[in-house]
Amino acid sequence: MTQSFRLESGGLINRDKKISFKFNGKNYYGYEGDTLASALIANGVHLIGRSFKYHRPRGFFGAGVDEPYAIVQLYRNGETEPNIKATEQELFEGLEAKSVNCWPSVNFDVGAINNFLKIFLPAGFYYKTFMWPKSFWYKIYEPFIRRAAGLGTASIKHDKERYEHKYEYCDVLITGSGPSGLASAYSAAKNGAKVILTEDKSRFGGTLLTSEVNIGNQSGKEWADSIISELKEMPNVTVKNRSQVFGYYDHNMLVMSERISDHLPKTKKFHPKQRLWYIRAKEVLISSGSIERPIVFGNNDTPGVMLSSAAKEYMKVYGVLVGKKPLIFTNNDSGYETAIEFKKNGIDPIILDTRKEPQSEIIEEAKNMNINIKNSYVVVAAQGYKKVKSADIAKISDNKEELGSIENIECDCICVSGFWTPTIHLASQSGNKTKFNEDIDAFVPGISKQNEKTLGAANGIYTLEETLKDSFEQGNQLSKKITNNENKVSFPNVVEKKSTVHDKFWCVPLPKGKNYKRFLDFQNDVAVSDIEIALKEGYRSIEHVKRYTTLGMATDQGKTSNLNGLQLVSKIENKVVPAVGHTTFRPPYSPVSIGAIVGREVGKHSKPTRKSPMHSWHEKNNAVFVDAGVWLRPRYYKRGEENLFEASKREAKNVRTNVGVCDVTTLGKIDIKGPDAAELLNRVYTNAWLKLPVGKARYGVMLREDGIVMDDGTTTRISENHYHMTTTTAQAASVLSHLEYYLQLVWPELNVNVVSTTEQWAGAAIAGPKSREVLKKLFPKSDVTNEGLPFMGYMEGDLFGVKAKIFRISFSGELAYELNVESDNGYFMWEKIIEAGEEFGIQPYGTEALSTLRIEMGHVAGSELDGRTIPYDNSLEGLLSKKKDFIGKRSLSRKAFAAEDRQKIVGVVPLDKKTSIPEGSHLVKDSNAPLPNPKLGYISASCWSVEHDNPFSLAILKDGRNMIGEKLFVMSPLKNKVIPVEIVSSHYVDPKGERVRS
Amino acid sequence: MLHIKCPHCGMRSQNEFSYGGDATIKRPELGKEISDQDWDNFVYNRKSLRGKHWELWQHLSGCRQWIKVQRDTATHEIFKTLKANEEIS
Repeated sequence: MTQSFRLESGGLINRDKKISFKFNGKNYYGYEGDTLASALIANGVHLIGRSFKYHRPRGFFGAGVDEPYAIVQLYRNGETEPNIKATEQELFEGLEAKSVNCWPSVNFDVGAINNFLKIFLPAGFYYKTFMWPKSFWYKIYEPFIRRAAGLGTASIKHDKERYEHKYEYCDVLITGSGPSGLASAYSAAKNGAKVILTEDKSRFGGTLLTSEVNIGNQSGKEWADSIISELKEMPNVTVKNRSQVFGYYDHNMLVMSERISDHLPKTKKFHPKQRLWYIRAKEVLISSGSIERPIVFGNNDTPGVMLSSAAKEYMKVYGVLVGKKPLIFTNNDSGYETAIEFKKNGIDPIILDTRKEPQSEIIEEAKNMNINIKNSYVVVAAQGYKKVKSADIAKISDNKEELGSIENIECDCICVSGFWTPTIHLASQSGNKTKFNEDIDAFVPGISKQNEKTLGAANGIYTLEETLKDSFEQGNQLSKKITNNENKVSFPNVVEKKSTVHDKFWCVPLPKGKNYKRFLDFQNDVAVSDIEIALKEGYRSIEHVKRYTTLGMATDQGKTSNLNGLQLVSKIENKVVPAVGHTTFRPPYSPVSIGAIVGREVGKHSKPTRKSPMHSWHEKNNAVFVDAGVWLRPRYYKRGEENLFEASKREAKNVRTNVGVCDVTTLGKIDIKGPDAAELLNRVYTNAWLKLPVGKARYGVMLREDGIVMDDGTTTRISENHYHMTTTTAQAASVLSHLEYYLQLVWPELNVNVVSTTEQWAGAAIAGPKSREVLKKLFPKSDVTNEGLPFMGYMEGDLFGVKAKIFRISFSGELAYELNVESDNGYFMWEKIIEAGEEFGIQPYGTEALSTLRIEMGHVAGSELDGRTIPYDNSLEGLLSKKKDFIGKRSLSRKAFAAEDRQKIVGVVPLDKKTSIPEGSHLVKDSNAPLPNPKLGYISASCWSVEHDNPFSLAILKDGRNMIGEKLFVMSPLKNKVIPVEIVSSHYVDPKGERVRS
Repeated sequence: MLHIKCPHCGMRSQNEFSYGGDATIKRPELGKEISDQDWDNFVYNRKSLRGKHWELWQHLSGCRQWIKVQRDTATHEIFKTLKANEEIS
């Protein structure tokens, strides 16, 4: 197939390298350096999609990031990505793309019926049309709207590509490599500043690539190339193309997405697809240029109507004609530049200029080239369905309100120029108070909040000479401040053609008797009439108008539509544009792939995984693991065909009858040293600590200042001024911060140091009536008798050459010990315990059995210490010292905490002794009471008591202490269960605590 | 992301820190009688200021020191940072 719209020569593409690609199943080819858009236009493909709401045919409107129409579903290397702008996607060998938003095909689209139903789809149609009946919404309306109005389809497959994050710091960040970006980067770099210069497109140079200018006796492109190659050689400069700074956040942090592999058929080995840069810059120069804005007229969404600057870019950069009978519709001199370019390529354009008698160097040149210029003329409406075939044009009166008689002229494209809108997104995101510039009918940056300055066209400066002068100066000044170095760059001689003022005309009136749709927002099908309806219905704030009509929403975020929308609102409201104001510019400037945002934090990398030193032993012994925070802990050790319930019952039972061993490495451990260590503990814990002897452990509860239990654990006095504190697995980090807070801020006079040693020690709990026998074998030289190592005792021992800490503490309620060795010796310790315990029937037990043991013993854990309970609620009031003050004590005397019928922990047993009680169920008095049934309490933890062989639960129950023996109901609407239960003591096993002391 | 000057480590990104609330609240002395009202003021009652605010941050992933930061709650501007033992002036 020949490329009928490709020029014989010219452009910046590599004509030696053909690239084949597929669009909607058909094969085409383009050249290296093409975008998908330029290659399609070269092949005469102008119909690329269907519009969002009315399914009207869509072509190309721009040539870059502002593109509202040309959105495709992209297929690359077996993956698919939705909503890719064809104007941004570089062509690569084997590229495949499909139209979105049309079914069954772009040429015959069933949804186009909406175009004829448009009277039923006015502004806010989502809100109005589909309101009734309510039950229809989920089943009928929503799926229909989603299918009919969706854009591309996201892949549901796992994304195999890799995305990276990078953190960078620089002196000056410059966003955009047009004339202002290049000039400021150059002078800043010459002063020795660390500079990052970014460019959204693949080619550096911005408008220098397409404008007829001369800088220092070079063409714009030559000058850009020479500056870029010099910058690339400088060690203090980073130059990045295909990189878009899309967000300006607090404290001068900007985020940029670098598309590293999107232009390649396949990501290279060890390369990421994209990289997200977090850049903290001392100074930011925004050189993001401006975007041409359309003039609004009838059927202005017909394929073939596009921005005049885009038409010029397709010719100059890609050697592609957007049409062979072009009509240029302009209110300023930019349209003439496009016309001149057409003429140079042997095409005769017609210019319709809304101005009456404009005069400038550019206009003069066009006249000298014999270009047909019609002054005071407008396009009333484009004609043609899938492509422009002709245009209805008319003369317009001086007051721009009356149209003359309509003429129809043949054309195959209409290139529109309604002047230029500065790209102020980044400046606005930074907190800059933007202001309206009457001269250019657009907002420009005003007072800065952060260290940002906007240059060139983005600041409303549209002449090259002024732009370069200002940019060289700003780059020099800002960098000089940072580096104290000045190497002034000599200003090059600039030749450019002078232009004259534009006409503030932006919307063509409707001719009498015609009701053409005049679109403002091309992606969302928002027409002039929709805004009129919204205002008629009472929407005033521009933010509300935006949301009601969807003006300026979706993937292009209104880059070509916002300002015309504001013009219209201000006209109807009879206000000036700045009084209407613009909607908030929010990051991202342009869509960023979710993959880039997530980076490497996917799958196993989404959070760190902490494993104990004994982890591989657990794996080898069929442990089934459970997440405990970021730790992986054995939940149970599967034997044969056992399930969780059977295995945990076996393991727990074995602890009660023989001996078990549990990996408790995950418990938080804090080393506390200093002469005031005891005093600190005495203030942090609720019980007394000053008299704890060396070699003894004590259980303690710590509160928050509001009286709520924060954590519990045992702390052991290792030596005179040295304590070893344990915390629960979950609270380890917050307890350390808590201690640091009091030591650093509240009681700095205490001479104490605290440090986390959680990772330094491996821990194993040996529990069960035969645990002492195991210990004797492990420490033959130590006296581990009940007298030598009593309950809550501590000693150090020699575990076959390894130094071990032996604590006689118990969570299971059985005679039990906890061994700690340095982490590196954890595996050794574990193997020795298993070996020594074999003759006593030792079995490892997991967290499930651990829970069972503590629940039936009535020991509280995280599910009771849940941030809502005070010591009394957990029957821990015995641990509250009356003699001393401690953190949170004063709160306990508050009325609610001292109430007579205060909630308290109790045991719960089902009357049938069979039915398991779901955790989280409510306790109620009457199972048949009308809803909402008054809740007396809730089930905090449930298990199958191995001691009694029936279900047992712990509950926090109102007036719990007076409820023992009562019959209540457990209700779980979630599990649809109602279970009659009896309230018993929370100490279901060994209520006197004899076993731990045996 | 804020950029916070830790008085011990220098400029660091916000993700190394954790927030710790109003820095002007003083914990009542231990063992001293205190009215319900005063205790409630210490534990619960906080102003939600718009504007300059002294607050505590902990350099959690750095030196682990608690520091005092004067920040504008509306603009995020940070005016001053102090070590834990330096008095707010």
